[in-house]
Amino acid sequence: MAKESGVLLQVDKMKTVFQTQSGYIEAVNGISFHIKKGETVAIVGESGSGKSVSAMSILRLLEKSGKVSSGRILFKDINLNELSDEEIRKVRGKEIAMIFQDPMSCLDPVYTIGDQIIEAIKIHEDLPKKEYYSRAVELLQLVGLPDAKARMSIYPHQLSGGQRQRVMIAIALACRPNLIIADEPTTALDVTVQAQIMELLKKLQTELGTAIILVTHDLGVVAEMADRVVVVYAGQVVEESNVIDLFNKPEHPYTEALLQSVPRIETNKNERLMAIKGSVPSLYDMPTGCRFHPRCPYASEICRQEEPPLMNLGENHYSKCWIKEKDIKKVMQNVNHNEQEDIEIIDSPHFGKHQNKKILEVHGLKKYFPITKGFFSRTVGYVRAVDGLSFDIHEGETLGLVGESGCGKSTSGRLITSLLKPTGGSVTFNGQDISRINRHALKKVRQRIQFVFQDPYSTLNPRMTVGDIIGEPLEVHRLVKGTEKYARIVELLETVGLTRNDIQKFPHQFSGGQRQRIGIARALATEPDLLICDEAVSALDVSVQAQILNLLRDLQQKLGLSYLFISHDLNVVKYISHRVCVMYLGEIVEIADSEVLFQNPLHPYSQALISAVPIPDPEGKSERIILEGEVPSPSNPPSGCKFHTRCLIATDTCQTQQPDLKEVSPGHKVACHNY
Amino acid sequence: MQELQTVEKVILKENTKMFQFKENCRRFIRSNPIGTISIGFILLVILISVLAPIIAPYDPVLQNRQSILIGPNGTHILGTDELGRDVFSRIVYGSRISLLVGFSAVVFSMIFGIFFGVVSGYFGGVIDMIVQRIMDAIMSIPSLILALFIAALLGPAIQNVIIALVIVETPRFARIVRGEMLRIRETNYVEASRSIGSSVFRIIWKHAIPNMGAPIIVLASLAFGQSIIAEASLSFLGIGTPPPNPSWGLMLSDASRFMETAPWLVLFPGLALALCVLAFNLLGDALRDFLDPKISSKK
Repeated sequence: MAKESGVLLQVDKMKTVFQTQSGYIEAVNGISFHIKKGETVAIVGESGSGKSVSAMSILRLLEKSGKVSSGRILFKDINLNELSDEEIRKVRGKEIAMIFQDPMSCLDPVYTIGDQIIEAIKIHEDLPKKEYYSRAVELLQLVGLPDAKARMSIYPHQLSGGQRQRVMIAIALACRPNLIIADEPTTALDVTVQAQIMELLKKLQTELGTAIILVTHDLGVVAEMADRVVVVYAGQVVEESNVIDLFNKPEHPYTEALLQSVPRIETNKNERLMAIKGSVPSLYDMPTGCRFHPRCPYASEICRQEEPPLMNLGENHYSKCWIKEKDIKKVMQNVNHNEQEDIEIIDSPHFGKHQNKKILEVHGLKKYFPITKGFFSRTVGYVRAVDGLSFDIHEGETLGLVGESGCGKSTSGRLITSLLKPTGGSVTFNGQDISRINRHALKKVRQRIQFVFQDPYSTLNPRMTVGDIIGEPLEVHRLVKGTEKYARIVELLETVGLTRNDIQKFPHQFSGGQRQRIGIARALATEPDLLICDEAVSALDVSVQAQILNLLRDLQQKLGLSYLFISHDLNVVKYISHRVCVMYLGEIVEIADSEVLFQNPLHPYSQALISAVPIPDPEGKSERIILEGEVPSPSNPPSGCKFHTRCLIATDTCQTQQPDLKEVSPGHKVACHNY
Repeated sequence: MQELQTVEKVILKENTKMFQFKENCRRFIRSNPIGTISIGFILLVILISVLAPIIAPYDPVLQNRQSILIGPNGTHILGTDELGRDVFSRIVYGSRISLLVGFSAVVFSMIFGIFFGVVSGYFGGVIDMIVQRIMDAIMSIPSLILALFIAALLGPAIQNVIIALVIVETPRFARIVRGEMLRIRETNYVEASRSIGSSVFRIIWKHAIPNMGAPIIVLASLAFGQSIIAEASLSFLGIGTPPPNPSWGLMLSDASRFMETAPWLVLFPGLALALCVLAFNLLGDALRDFLDPKISSKK
């Protein structure tokens, strides 16, 4: 890469190593990229690809065991890697600032936000006392916190997640840095808040001309924000290009697969997702040659033997792949596609039909958690987590449940499985009211309703083998014993795509995707009718997420399962569900067939939610409805229509009267006064 | 075929668990030289106590008026006491009492502690309130004074010393187990197990207890050392092991009168006691470092 004019930061063959018990491991293996003034460069990759470590390496913010072992990091012609600790401290915050993922843990809870912003200025600038204060107020106004003066004396816990992220941005901007490194700045936020923060970052960039390095795994965010994209895989750059070329004609097979494995709003539901087989290699065990070859559909002998160089394909488009002749690639792609189609065609007998009988009916379901205070635990109020929920699920159907955090979607799942006792309402499963049955009968029902949890890391007991984990439901319900049990466990493992050799392994020996498969196998052990998937793919990388989504759909085909699919990811919900419920503050605001809902959302909240989802297409930037504020607290919900505080078309009626869920067309219900 | 598979399964399972155990031992020896020495010393003490009749050259309670208060020499390598009993033999037999008291006190307080801790942590509410207040009350009295009181009440006998120590040690285990139970109760794998219909007993037995092993093992090793020293203290004060049994604390007590004329009488039992307690404490520290993933990963 030749040095061009206006280059702000040039990272050149940077290697970062960590010392571990078994020697040094390379987290970053020779990454090079540059960023110009006022530009946004996105570093994209899956977990473990080294994207965050690269970002931290620039400012040498690594843990003690890690260090940049070779390469240069040139910032304004100074090699940051050669600076002393004292010198680099002057660069941090002043020249290059960072925004972290989790705004909850990055602010010190014992200082006011004003103090924390002032501290950031004080470290680098010597000003008269009054000016610190006015600068801080200015910064808060800049990041769009209303009533900035009053907010100066507020503590972090008094702010919501989105507001805290704004404060973090204000701190990052405190000394007008030339470069901001934003490590997953919106990942921990809800979609509607994410949209606000992305708008803010873009606005600030045009106003202040700051360059941004955006580290993210979300291709939607990349398409929205970035000018250029650097794709990293296993500690190496595999492709670099401007954003439009990258999305339109990805060159590296990994980029290509990554783009195809994300379900989009327009993805055809009857197609399988293109999944990348396997998972990201461990740092301890890197493949030889091209690091992507074990997962690459085009891999040939040379890929296994030799590592490809980063090849220039013209127009500043680089790809680290041996296959550069487009035609050859096309041919291979065709061969490959044929192969894939043989295995991966799905036609769906159950799909799209829900005349089948109802398997689950939920009516007026409520859950109030008491808020207690004082020595005698007086109840002073209630958190209305779920407030009158009604829906039903048919046999072989997938019902999606979407909403932002705190809307009560996970609580609903737990109420249906009686992990929590409802405050009111009924849950009828196969014609039996299960919200008020005794323990014995409940155990029988639990055999038929199973749960797939979000986090595949923490839902498996670390001290049990996979065989014991999957065998547990069989034991609990005394279904099979001895050799029969073993045979059943093997069968289950094979159903979810694992092998019989995995039976005596422990959970920590598996990757995230494989653990989720174990979780699914456990859920299937009792041959249930209904699976409740609570954010079942949210903790997984996109390439693995596609595998699990495909698996869930295959299982539905094969076993005729019904799913209640709870997720905050609208694209995933759209892809997998037949019908979708949109929840807001414990209530359903809209329910419709998924195609209908996404094409013609009626409720203002559904409209905003759907438009807030970042679309992985840099040219298809649609007009976005940006909602003000954040979800109110469920302990003190607004009167009337709960959404009226954020609604753009709210009238006086909305403030006083609660709208009912009305059927506007067959199967499409909405709770809004405008319909 | 099916049977073959079960056999294969059993073997494979044995292999991995065995393999893991060996692997862990190797890692422990490499990362914790002090802990390894402690374990070695403790194993040696156990061996000595088991083989006491073979190792000890004399009967520990046999009095010999001809040779009283003789310093270490060829026939009595650690000398004799005021009644002509062989000090070395008494120390060897004394290890039996120390280990017996330590072991029983730890095992019983662990069982009671786990029971109260699990019940208190899992069910919470009023039960938790009551159990924890009782534990608080016991813990608020200095442990040796409480043990003294109980032992004095029950009279001098080895089993009474054990009872006193169990009462003193139980709250510590109950505390730790309750904390762990509260943590584990909220974990996702417990919820996952509840969702498949597991009973309370199963959750506690299969999920909770195996996952609280690390802190319990550490505490047990520390409590072992403390129990040994408490037994010696009680015996020293004359309300522990009754004479003429060869307890280290009792030996120290008898020897205190001859401290100036026969220092070996204090020195050797004291040394045995100190080394033994030190070994258990160092082992506890080493285990804590080893079992805490946060500390061991830093090394």
